[in-house]
Amino acid sequence: MAERFEVVVVGAGPAGLAAALTLARAGVEVIVFERGEHPGSKNVMGGVLYRHPTEAVVPGFYHQAPLERPVVEQRLWLLTGEAALTLGYKDMVFAGEPFNAFTVLRARFDRWLADQAVAAGALLINETVVEDLLWENERVVGVRTGREGGDVRAEVVVLAEGANSLLTQKAGLKPDGINTNQLAVAVKEIIALPREKIEDRFNLEEGQGCTIELLGEATKGMLGTAFIYTNKDSLSVGVGVLLASLVRRRLNPNDLLEHLKSHPMVRSLLAGGESKEYQGHLIPEGGYQAVPKLYGNGVLVVGDAAMLVNGVHREGSNLALTSGLLAARTILAAREKGDYSEANLAPYRRALEESFVLKDLKKYQGASFFFDQNPQFFTLYPGLLSRAAREFLTVDNVPKRAKQKRILREITAARSRFQIARDLYSLWRVMG
Amino acid sequence: MRLEDKLFLNRYQTDKHPHLRIKDREVCRHCEGKPCTFICPARVYVWNEREERIETAYEGCVECGTCRYGCAHDNIDWRNPRGGFGIIYKYG
Repeated sequence: MAERFEVVVVGAGPAGLAAALTLARAGVEVIVFERGEHPGSKNVMGGVLYRHPTEAVVPGFYHQAPLERPVVEQRLWLLTGEAALTLGYKDMVFAGEPFNAFTVLRARFDRWLADQAVAAGALLINETVVEDLLWENERVVGVRTGREGGDVRAEVVVLAEGANSLLTQKAGLKPDGINTNQLAVAVKEIIALPREKIEDRFNLEEGQGCTIELLGEATKGMLGTAFIYTNKDSLSVGVGVLLASLVRRRLNPNDLLEHLKSHPMVRSLLAGGESKEYQGHLIPEGGYQAVPKLYGNGVLVVGDAAMLVNGVHREGSNLALTSGLLAARTILAAREKGDYSEANLAPYRRALEESFVLKDLKKYQGASFFFDQNPQFFTLYPGLLSRAAREFLTVDNVPKRAKQKRILREITAARSRFQIARDLYSLWRVMG
Repeated sequence: MRLEDKLFLNRYQTDKHPHLRIKDREVCRHCEGKPCTFICPARVYVWNEREERIETAYEGCVECGTCRYGCAHDNIDWRNPRGGFGIIYKYG
């Protein structure tokens, strides 16, 4: 006789835990399966957690959760071989309540979030792989775990298994084998540095944090970004690129990371640091068109498994948490009716469509394809901009107007005015 | 920093059962680009020229799944390590 719960959640990341926590609070019998030793032990992201969507799940979380630093400044660096064009925004409003975003380390944060779900009444089972869904009459009726006699029956199963979504593919909700154009591979290192050093090097007041996103040479011109985030006493340094371009260029992700770490703009920030951990992870960046079927009879898909990532704005944890929350609300409404069939779970998709989650993915739906087809934005333009800045800032008794002409000549030799106008117009079409 | 030294920083609970398996070794022999040998963040896959086979050092796998999607021949049987086994991130 299999165990029976109202809801099974597969995966204790932000999406699954947001669902489990919300359901447990409403008095639903919910069980969460986590394949790792503890929640977070398999989980990786760059490291930014957003305050607003997290508070929708745990009000006032920042008073207790293990957070690293509130993000008061975001910087964007366009790298070339030996130079960088930089842009940034720092705002002390972000330094105090209610805050905007925090850097986090997922092995710590997810564990804490799982504790909240357990305190609310969810049952958490670690070290357990869900190997298959149980089906009866074309509806999901539970899960088969890797434990002996480990079948668990449920009214509804929430798939929160992450980017490498084997069950979602097996269930036919998305095609088996995700296209390499829809996945980014990211690697990251945790590099320990004393907190005063971090604050000095990044121009931060005590306890405050900043993020740097790096483009151009940071990814060797491939579609993707690199990043440096400040934690309490470490830095998260990583790079993520489209799997398709990695295959095309025959490059190794760790070699890319080492390339980034050796850049003159980066190496001085990391100097004297001690590497603590090396991580690798997939990021589902297919956008709106790649979002799978999000519900079926007795099943819902949330977070990375549902490809809910906004690559343009490096947002993911907020989409995950919000999707988990909306999935839980849909389940609660279906519970009222006592019917978890597809028709009663369909409002989940509508709720996502009405929220920022799918609105934002829809806004940027052409972006990934566009940048893959137009590599000049990651290769040619950073170089041209950098050389223009160098020319303009080099004081050598050449009159400024002559410099401007020289810059314009170099730019138009590399790309015609017509092409540049067309690039800018299509960039605005895709991003605006 | 060498990749081997980085992997040494990580904590693993190594299972004696590999969770990665090449489905058909013949397919690898004819595979042109052998992307698994360079796309993997942990360089789990190495082509053994003499024996004409892919060696799979699954013990260092960081469980991202890149190889499963990057193998053009869908020739890697990728399963999650058994519960509790594999990488155990301390930071994440």
